[in-house]
Amino acid sequence: MGKLIRFLPLVLVIALGVVLYRGLSLNPQDMPSALVGKTMPAFSLQSLNNSEKMVTQADLLGDIVLINVWATWCPTCKYEHPYLVDIAKDPQVKLYGLNYKDNRDGAMQWLQNYEDPYVFSIFDEEGTLGLDLGVYGAPETFVIDHHGIIRKRFAGAIDTRVWRREFEPLIAQLVEEKKQGK
Amino acid sequence: MRLLSLFIATLIFSLSANIVAASPVDTYEFDDEVTKIRFQALSKELRCPKCQNQNLADSNSPIAADLRRELYELLQQGKADSEIVDFMVDRYGEFVLYRPRVSELTYVLWFGPAVLILLGIIIVIVIVRRKPVDKKNLSLSSEQQEKLKNLTNDK
Repeated sequence: MGKLIRFLPLVLVIALGVVLYRGLSLNPQDMPSALVGKTMPAFSLQSLNNSEKMVTQADLLGDIVLINVWATWCPTCKYEHPYLVDIAKDPQVKLYGLNYKDNRDGAMQWLQNYEDPYVFSIFDEEGTLGLDLGVYGAPETFVIDHHGIIRKRFAGAIDTRVWRREFEPLIAQLVEEKKQGK
Repeated sequence: MRLLSLFIATLIFSLSANIVAASPVDTYEFDDEVTKIRFQALSKELRCPKCQNQNLADSNSPIAADLRRELYELLQQGKADSEIVDFMVDRYGEFVLYRPRVSELTYVLWFGPAVLILLGIIIVIVIVRRKPVDKKNLSLSSEQQEKLKNLTNDK
């Protein structure tokens, strides 16, 4: 016992080392959203393509919805754009855009140039809906279920790998929930 | 000596100049001094969600500027400090608090250091108060004394 206790500090130091080493590989940007499990915040904003038309949270209800926060000032949004065009072809989900703190002409030009994957884009010039959603940059993507509950928030670019790992299992689960009438 | 003090003075000057240069400039007008102080205190206590090692007051990032504006507007609406903090936490999570709330999740954080210090003090007290080893038992027995005598007298 007396001899064993001498090794206690060594064991403690090794344990501490393991804990700290693990910390190195964690992503500090990876924060859970405060909104997961809450309902989609209420909003009433212009649609990007048509300044006459106001859209609200009710327009998103009933389907499994992806809301993609994007802007023309965001280079990573350009990177993920082709993947979004692919995702938009998936009949299980509806993809909406949230054009975040952008200017309308530039954003419409962007959609013309690169193909528009969204059912429609919400034009959030002031970033008010962004604030209510806890958005702190672009791109970010939210998954909303058919009851209008936010189920996931993902900060960063989506590509095939990210889609498979982060989204596909959740979408499958939501489709199942919807089938069972939950 | 004079050179040293000159050096220190330069150092202090350049450091303070840096601090001034680094803080973003907002031109918010406040009705009264108290609101201004509350604004400053809150923007120091709330963390910028994008640049994680800076508070709202220090950060130049667009989101920090937005949140400062929001903070200003909430203050203008006459919201209490706790309401403002709740508003931010509802959107950005507990993460935005530089001074985390006391909850089950943060017990270790809040009370861990005190518990460790107490533990240390207890260990020290126990060691210090342990009965000193009996000195009589350390001295040689009469038999050993005899042996020693023989050995030293041998020559």
